[in-house]
Amino acid sequence: MTRIGVVVFPGSNCEYDAASAVTELGAESAFVWHSESDLSGFDGIILPGGFAHGDYLRPGALARFSPVMEAVARYAAEGGPVLGICNGFQVLAEAGLLPGALQKNRGLTFLSQPTTIIVDSTSSVLTRNATKGQELVVPINHFSGAYTCDDATYDALVANDQIVLRYRDNPNGSRDDVAGVANEAGNVVGLMPHPERAMSTLLGSADGRVLLESFVGVNVPADTATSR
Amino acid sequence: MNYFVIVDVTLRKGIADPEGSTIERALPALGFTGVSNVHAGKSFRFDVEAPDESAALEKATALAQRLLSNPVIEDATARLAQKV
Repeated sequence: MTRIGVVVFPGSNCEYDAASAVTELGAESAFVWHSESDLSGFDGIILPGGFAHGDYLRPGALARFSPVMEAVARYAAEGGPVLGICNGFQVLAEAGLLPGALQKNRGLTFLSQPTTIIVDSTSSVLTRNATKGQELVVPINHFSGAYTCDDATYDALVANDQIVLRYRDNPNGSRDDVAGVANEAGNVVGLMPHPERAMSTLLGSADGRVLLESFVGVNVPADTATSR
Repeated sequence: MNYFVIVDVTLRKGIADPEGSTIERALPALGFTGVSNVHAGKSFRFDVEAPDESAALEKATALAQRLLSNPVIEDATARLAQKV
């Protein structure tokens, strides 16, 4: 069975949502405390949302030095699928596993609302089951979500098809509506919206499923993935 | 020997500064006119144990760049100062 590790930092608060979404998609989930350094046996790693280390200094700045992050870097370098959601995205950016940085929202308000995002690339582990141009309604819940990078980085992101998701109506001042980016290989992805909170129409939207199904299904053969 | 260090962290040129611009927009309402180019940043102060001034500054600069700032969006400058 596919086994996904959900990293828990002091101050993470979306780890149960992430684990529950993974379980619902037919995979197994296990929490990984931030002081651990062994990620063997996992088919994917999720860095969930929250306020790792209190978000002191900058979101992700201290979490980056948690022992587990060296293991995450090794895991990512070996091609392992890594997903950072919200605070997890901020941690991956601070750790240099994803390009750019997340700044305070334009308008300096905490945003908690459904947003429409558009799939811009299907060559990442998070979007391979989606279609380019597909619109998804997924909630955001953040204060520092304005994606920022310099021109050279942005040009490279576009050229390498690393901009995975964009906002339809930019809520936070992100550069060119960027909502999620991948590394060059496409196995490390970060996004500010919360797909794990969009798993059921009863709770507002099930549009997060296609993203997490892509991620969780990474090591599942295509024929069994479609029959599930 | 202990040296007192102040590190200033500011947003790099060209990076949006919503805090600075919000403060700037609020000033006229408080009667402060003629104030422009407001930038918000962070300031850190600490003691560094080092054999001499240049070693203290080097250590402070390294930690300012590694931890106290995010070089993607911020500049950090360290300077030695006198404790008041």
